[in-house]
Amino acid sequence: MSQIYDVAIVGGGVVGALIARELSRFPLRAALLERGNDVAVGTTKANSGIVHAGFDAQPGTWKAKMNVRGNALMPQLCQTLHVPYGQNGSLVVAFDESERPELNRLLERGRENGVPGLRLFSREELLAMEPNVNPGAAAALYAPTGGIVSPFELCVAAAECAAANGVDFFRNFEVQALCWEGDHFIIEAPAGQLHAKAVVNAAGVHADNVARMAGDDSFSIRARRGEYVLLDSSQAGVVRNTIFQCPSPMGKGVLISPTVHGNILIGPSAEDIDEKEDLSTTAPGLAGIQKTVARTVPGYPIRDVITSFTGLRACGNRHDFVLERSAANGNLIHAACMESPGLSSSPAIAERILELVRETLGGDWTEKPGWNPGRPKPVRIRELDNDGRRAAIAKNPAYGKVVCRCETVTEGEIIDAIRAPAGARDIDGVKRRTRAGMGRCQGGFCGARVLEILARELELPREEITKFGGGSKILLRQSK
Amino acid sequence: MYDLIVIGGGPAGMAAALEAEKNGVASILILERAEFLGGILRQCIHTGFGMHYFREELTGPEYADRFVVPVEQNPRIEVKLGAMALELRPGGETHTVIAVSKSDGLLELRAKAVVLAMGCRERPRGALNIAGTRPAGIISAGAAQKYVNMDGFLPGNEVVILGSGDIGLIMARRMTFEGAHVKMVCELMPYSSGLTRNIVQCLDDFGIPLKLSCTVVAVHGKERLEGVTIAGVDERLKPIPGTEEEVPCDLLLLSVGLIPENELTRGAGVPIDPATGGAIVNQNRETALPGIFSCGNVLHVHDLVDYVTLESQLAGAGAAEYIRRKNAGETVRAPEYVPTKAGEGVRYVVPQQAEKNEAAGVKLYFRVGGVHKNAVVRLYANGKELARKKRPRLAPGEMEHIEIAPRQLAELPEGAELTVEILE
Repeated sequence: MSQIYDVAIVGGGVVGALIARELSRFPLRAALLERGNDVAVGTTKANSGIVHAGFDAQPGTWKAKMNVRGNALMPQLCQTLHVPYGQNGSLVVAFDESERPELNRLLERGRENGVPGLRLFSREELLAMEPNVNPGAAAALYAPTGGIVSPFELCVAAAECAAANGVDFFRNFEVQALCWEGDHFIIEAPAGQLHAKAVVNAAGVHADNVARMAGDDSFSIRARRGEYVLLDSSQAGVVRNTIFQCPSPMGKGVLISPTVHGNILIGPSAEDIDEKEDLSTTAPGLAGIQKTVARTVPGYPIRDVITSFTGLRACGNRHDFVLERSAANGNLIHAACMESPGLSSSPAIAERILELVRETLGGDWTEKPGWNPGRPKPVRIRELDNDGRRAAIAKNPAYGKVVCRCETVTEGEIIDAIRAPAGARDIDGVKRRTRAGMGRCQGGFCGARVLEILARELELPREEITKFGGGSKILLRQSK
Repeated sequence: MYDLIVIGGGPAGMAAALEAEKNGVASILILERAEFLGGILRQCIHTGFGMHYFREELTGPEYADRFVVPVEQNPRIEVKLGAMALELRPGGETHTVIAVSKSDGLLELRAKAVVLAMGCRERPRGALNIAGTRPAGIISAGAAQKYVNMDGFLPGNEVVILGSGDIGLIMARRMTFEGAHVKMVCELMPYSSGLTRNIVQCLDDFGIPLKLSCTVVAVHGKERLEGVTIAGVDERLKPIPGTEEEVPCDLLLLSVGLIPENELTRGAGVPIDPATGGAIVNQNRETALPGIFSCGNVLHVHDLVDYVTLESQLAGAGAAEYIRRKNAGETVRAPEYVPTKAGEGVRYVVPQQAEKNEAAGVKLYFRVGGVHKNAVVRLYANGKELARKKRPRLAPGEMEHIEIAPRQLAELPEGAELTVEILE
């Protein structure tokens, strides 16, 4: 390959995609490399979707700094990128007096981190705001800036924005070696080779492996499995805020939260695992979550479960984000160890990494003219009023053809998702972008139709269409 | 402005529309979201339909065509295909339906009466909370049926089916015909929820084992399904440790129940019966909102389409009568209702209430909660027995009914409750 990129970002999660978007402001040649068939397929697609206020992290750490800054950037960013976001507030509940000192500690820490608006709630204040919460609770810490976001939509939107602004997106590009050539890296993958002057390592749970490819073993990552249960939107309203229990050494504990799409999410469990690919859910894990959350909302029947899933958090042995130029090779820049609050911090991390890339490459950094910070507002028939629907269908009749009944997603929306820059190539990609298949029948009805549209748009035989790339084919052969 | 809008052009919607027309309704619109009438029957290419209603054995498409042809030929019935109703706004005089379609764009339609006939959908994996990975190769039996029968593709070679609902049983046979190897059907309950004839014709005839009190506890495989772990369950339906067994397969079909599709109904504020998942209706299948009717699988999940047809005719005739009264300006005094109740051994009863002066008497349809042999079905009100019948076998998979005569109904005292129960 003759072209030398200025920057290649390894990892198309929310951190990598936001870094790509940040870099796309400048007249650089940048590439976003993703080993999966789509962006947002690792930790980004399976986490709590919480925009933490920032009271949890130790003052002075990257986690604390990035979280508070990221929290402040998030609302505007989501508005610009047309990503669902809500500032619903967070509560940490102390179930008895013994936990009250923990709340005080969190309050102090939060104030030191610069989290705005924190206050302690009495039991009465807590119950007035959240009547379904354990009436025996002693007190709670309230953080009005706590929020919720759709993590995979944020990632998809950022990647779309970056791609539209000239960043090249390579999917199914699994980086296996980094060779330093004196002034640039050769990046090797089974799919091919790329040259780049600087490499940003945003490879999620695999970021330590990528670091090692450049001779950097300054940190290591273990995957911490977190299992979640998602409840039907008929359960919406049980809580308004994101409600945490007091944190433990394994994390912030089991939370219950509304999602931006009106479901209720409970989880995660926390279990350190040796393998970095194990996304299975376990019966004890799922049962444990349901049991633990019963302490937060006792007597509330956990029913209408529509799905469960597992996410892997990249827990680094430094117990903080690694945001630095590698000591082994200054042209390798780490955005690594993105455990919680990685999502909340991601907009701030993108800023920080931009500074590091600037420092690495030097030269003139003038913003290119015509940079678009957003993306076209996606048509969402389900969210439009009737005049909006009328206008949309008049422009494109495919917005009048409902494909996913549960979530009211039309053919036009699915085609848009496929045709968008860095668009969907598989069933799960369509689902993340449009919600087709995300409702209570989980694609039972629309899966076959989505597959048909993908095959048509991508000009592929239907047997080639996958659930999420690789060997995840849906149909094996034509019937007799 | 229509007299009647029917939402759904499957067997329920078509039967309701035809019956309404037969009873004098002059302008009827059927909204169908697919590009064809007939609903799910179109993909049910096996036989076994119509034995009660037509006294013939038909395939699904043949059964559908018995209604499609008269609907299409009827000048008083208009059909909009590819049209999805998004919202139902009930009103005093007229009801409004908001729908979208490719050809008509956004439609704002009004009618004096509305029949809800949207059918049902399958329960997904998530509802079962099966542990394990998330590979391709886990789909509902109905989705597999569409892939095989409508699209012409095979979704797997080595198949395990979870749930012995009728679609699962039918697909066991269908996949076998297509050259797939169906290894087993696992059923959580100690009995099948499918029709006996389907167990015989779709499993026994092909040597496919039906494993009762057995479930899938885990799935394996990263990209494509590679196998499942099955286990026996105890009386509380909990997996029994030590009974796990690994079964290699590349396709897991789920046939684990159907859910009436009542988003529109809920959105309109129609009260729902938690036992059926459908609207609470009277003997004409009229919901608690006057002029809004519901029938077929959206009201409660049926075992046979024949009963869907019969029920939908009640709704169509009821809607016709409602429209006739409206047109004639007759003031309808609030009817006196007797509630129905599921007693011992009965899961639900439809209708949930019966008008006391219903001249035709009322058939109460119900489902039992377990398998009974040589049982008695008993209908009583206020301690007094009104009807009883002996049944050699009762099973949850088969819908049952018992009738109350008009005079008995009329003579029920104030505050009476019609209860159906099973005596062993």
